[in-house]
Amino acid sequence: MAVCVAVIAKENYPLYIRSTPTENELKFHYMVHTSLDVVDEKISAMGKALVDQRELYLGLLYPTEDYKVYGYVTNSKVKFVMVVDSSNTALRDNEIRSMFRKLHNSYTDVMCNPFYNPGDRIQSRAFDNMVTSMMIQVC
Amino acid sequence: MEGLTLSDAEQKYYSDLFSYCDIESTKKVVVNGRVLELFRAAQLPNDVVLQIMELCGATRLGYFGRSQFYIALKLVAVAQSGFPLRVESINTVKDLPLPRFVASKNEQESRHAASYSSDSENQGSYSGVIPPPPGRGQVKKGSVTHDTVQPRTSADAQEPASPVVSPQQSPPTSPHTWRKHSRHPSGGNSERPLAGSGPFWSPFGEAQSGSAGGDAVWSGHSPPPPQENWVSFADTPPTSTLLTMHPASVQDQTTVRTVASATTAIEIRRQSSSYDDPWKITDEQRQYYVNQFKTIQPDLNGFIPGSAAKEFFTKSKLPILELSHIWELSDFDKDGALTLDEFCAAFHLVVARKNGYDLPEKLPESLMPKLIDLEDSADVGDQPGEVGYSGSPAEAPPSKSPSMPSLNQTWPELNQSSEDTAIVHPVPIRMTPSKIHMQEMELKRTGSDHTNPTSPLLVKPSDLSEENKINSSVKFASGNTVADGYSSSDSFTSDPEQIGSNVTRQRSHSGTSPDTAAPPPPPPRPQPSHSRSSSLDMNRTFAVTTGQQQTGVVAHPPAVPPRPQPSQAPGPTVHRPVDADGLMTHTSTSPQQIPEQPNFADFSQFEVFAASNVNEEQDDEAEKHPEVLPVEKASDPASSLRVAKTDSKTEEKTAATAPANVSKGTTPLAPPPKPVRRRLKSEDELRPEVDEHTQKTGVLAAVLASQPSIPRSVGKDKKAIQASIRRNKETNTVLARLNSELQQQLKDVLEERISLEVQLEQLRPFSHL
Repeated sequence: MAVCVAVIAKENYPLYIRSTPTENELKFHYMVHTSLDVVDEKISAMGKALVDQRELYLGLLYPTEDYKVYGYVTNSKVKFVMVVDSSNTALRDNEIRSMFRKLHNSYTDVMCNPFYNPGDRIQSRAFDNMVTSMMIQVC
Repeated sequence: MEGLTLSDAEQKYYSDLFSYCDIESTKKVVVNGRVLELFRAAQLPNDVVLQIMELCGATRLGYFGRSQFYIALKLVAVAQSGFPLRVESINTVKDLPLPRFVASKNEQESRHAASYSSDSENQGSYSGVIPPPPGRGQVKKGSVTHDTVQPRTSADAQEPASPVVSPQQSPPTSPHTWRKHSRHPSGGNSERPLAGSGPFWSPFGEAQSGSAGGDAVWSGHSPPPPQENWVSFADTPPTSTLLTMHPASVQDQTTVRTVASATTAIEIRRQSSSYDDPWKITDEQRQYYVNQFKTIQPDLNGFIPGSAAKEFFTKSKLPILELSHIWELSDFDKDGALTLDEFCAAFHLVVARKNGYDLPEKLPESLMPKLIDLEDSADVGDQPGEVGYSGSPAEAPPSKSPSMPSLNQTWPELNQSSEDTAIVHPVPIRMTPSKIHMQEMELKRTGSDHTNPTSPLLVKPSDLSEENKINSSVKFASGNTVADGYSSSDSFTSDPEQIGSNVTRQRSHSGTSPDTAAPPPPPPRPQPSHSRSSSLDMNRTFAVTTGQQQTGVVAHPPAVPPRPQPSQAPGPTVHRPVDADGLMTHTSTSPQQIPEQPNFADFSQFEVFAASNVNEEQDDEAEKHPEVLPVEKASDPASSLRVAKTDSKTEEKTAATAPANVSKGTTPLAPPPKPVRRRLKSEDELRPEVDEHTQKTGVLAAVLASQPSIPRSVGKDKKAIQASIRRNKETNTVLARLNSELQQQLKDVLEERISLEVQLEQLRPFSHL
C-alpha cells in the first residue's frame, strides 16, 4: 500500500505530500527527502536518452527494511515519490507504474486549472481523492 | 428616484427587510436573490414584480440599494393594495398598508402545519391585527408567530398589513446571479437553500428589533428540518417544485391555503419549470450566462481560455480555493478551457456559492454538459438520480473549429508527434470535441432547450458526424495520430459517453491512452494503407449514418495507430515486446506490415456487425476473445506492442470490442480485429512470452467479457454508454499496463539476445580454429 505519496517540484520543494496517518509522518517526510538524491542521480544518469514513458518511471529508488521507495519524474522535472510498504506482497511493477500514471494525470488536471498557480501547494480536492484512493486501494 | 416618505412603521419594517436581504452586510446593497425572493413572497404577478423593479431603479442600477429597496417595498405595498403601479403612487397613496410577504416561513409553518386547520380560523381574527414585524406587537409575537403563519399563507387573500414575513421568508431557493434577473422562478432550488439559509434565519431573528419573543421562536427554527421546509415551501410561490416533491403534505397545507395562494403557486410553478433539481439552470439564468459568455468569447461554440475565465470568475470575489474547486467541477473535459456548457455550469456554481450554497463534491447532473443523446435531452431535468455519467470526453483543443480544415491542420501536428516517439507524458486529450460543438451549434440554431443542449443534436446528425470526425481527429492529434475515420469514430464513441462519467477517471483514462498511444502516433497508418483510406470512408459513412451513436470506435484509433508507425518501428523497437527472433524481422517488416493492415482495416466486417445487435457483437467479441487469446498467447490483445501492426491490430481489436460493447447499435468498427487475429496467429509463434501474456490476456478477456453485458435500452443509452466508456477506460488502463510490462520484457529479451550474440561472437573464433 502506498503509505506516502509526495509531489516534489522542480526546485525540490514539496508541492504535495501525504502519508497514511498511522505512521510517523516525519519519518516519511525524511524518506522522501532522502530519495530526492536518488532521483537526481537517476535523472542525470539518463542523460540525453529519449524521454519516453518508461524513463519517466524511475522504478525502485531504494528499499529499506520496511518500505520501498519508487520514483517517477515528469518532463518538467516534477517528481513523484511513492513509499510503499514492503510487507505488502510485492506490488507488481506495472501497478506502480499505473499508480504513477494516475498521479501524473491528476497532476496534469491540477495544472490545467487556471486558478492554480504553479508552485503552489496542491489543494485540489480531486487530487486528494485520487491519492486517497491510491493509498487505500493498494493496501 | 423620487423622494420617499415613509411612516415610522414603514421605515422600521423596510429597514428590517433590508437587513434581511442584506446578507452580505454591506448596508448598502442587498443581495438580489433575497430581494427577488422577497418579492416573490409578496405573491405578486411576475410582471408586477418586474415593473416594481424597473420603477425603483434597480433594473437600471443592477442592484438594490437601500433607496431602491425601500421604493420597491413601497411599490409592493401599492401593488398589493391594488393600486396601479406608478412611481408617484409611492408617495401619493395614503395609508398604504405594509407590504405583505407570504414568505414561506419554513420553520414556523412546518411547525404549525398540523395546526393549520385550526389556525385558519384565526386568520380572520388576526388579519386586522397583524402587527408589522419590526417593533410592534412584540407581546403577541410568541403567539402571533404561530398565527402569523396562517395569515401569511393566505396573505394574498387577506387584507393588507400582514405581519412581515420577510424574515421568515424562505431562504433563497435558487442561486441567483449577482446581476438581477427579472425573475428567479427557481423555486426548485429550495432543497439546497434550505440547508444554506438555515443560518440566515437565526441572524435575522436576532435582527428583529423588539420582537424578542419572535426572535426566540425564529431562532429556534433556524435549522429547519429540510422536509418541513419543503412542506412550507409548498405554500409559497417559489415552492412549486416542492409541491411535486411533497404532494401529500403540500396538499394538506394547501387545503388550508386559500385558492388565491394556490393559483399563485401554480403560476410560479409554471414559471419554474422542471425544478426538481436545485442546480438546474433556469432559462433566464442560462440566457444571462450565455450573454456573459459572449462578452468573453463571441463564438458560442468556442472556448473560453482558462486565463480569461480566471479573470472573469475572480471578479466574483470568491476565494481562490473555491474558484479552483468550481473549475475542477465545471471543466468537464479537463482541457483548460470552458465551453458554453461548462461556462454556464461554472457560473451557476459561482452564483450558488455566492448565495450561500456549498459547493458539491461532484458536478450535479443538471450542470453536466450534455453531449450525448438527444433523446435523453428531454430527460436531463428528470434524471436527477442518474449516476454520474462516465467521462468527460476530451475536447478538441480550443483552437479547433468544426471544419475539415482543422482536420487537415491537425495532421501535420500528428505527423510530427508521431515521429517523436519520445512523447510519453500524458497529454490532455479531448474525448468529446464534436459533441460539445454540435450541441452548442444546435443550441444556437434552435435556441430551444436551454437545459438540454443535446436536444439540438438530433437535428443534424450529418453535421454532427462531420464535426465529430473533425473533432475526433483533432482530439487524437495530441497523442493518437489516427486515421481520419478512426478519429471520427473515436469522437463518436466518446461523445455519447461523456456525460456523467467520472471526470477523474476519464482523465486518467485519457492519460493512459496517450501513454500507450503517444509513442506510436497513428498517422503513418492511413497513409501507407489504402485499405485504411477505404476504411476511413466507411468510417465516415458509419459516422454519418449512425450519428452520435458511433461510440464503438472509441479506443481504436489510439490503440492501433501507434503500432504501424514505421518511424517508430525501428526506433522504439527496442521497447516493443517483440520476440527476440522476430525483432529484426518485425522491424524490417513493420513497414510492410502496414500495408497488410488492410485485413485489419477490413471494414466490411463493420457493416456486418453494424447490422447486428450490439449485444450480439459484444457476445461475439467476448466469445472471440477467449478464442483469440489462446491462439495469440503471447499477443496480448490488450496492449501487446509486438509489432506495430500486430499491436495495433490487437489493440484495435480490444479497443474495438470495448467500444463495440459500449455502443448500442453503433457502427461496429470492432469487427476488423477478428480477421486480424488470424493474421496475428502466425505472429504468435514468434512470441515467446506466453505465461504472462496468457495471464494478461485472461485478465483482459475477463475485462472485455464483462463489457458486453451492457443491456441495450433506449432509455438508458446514455447511462450504458457512459458505463461502457468507463469500462473502456479501464480496459485501456489495463492494456497500457500490459503494454508497459511487455515492453519491459522485450527489453530483457533483447538484452539476453545481445549477450548471447556476444557469446556467440566470442565462440566463433574458436570454431574457426
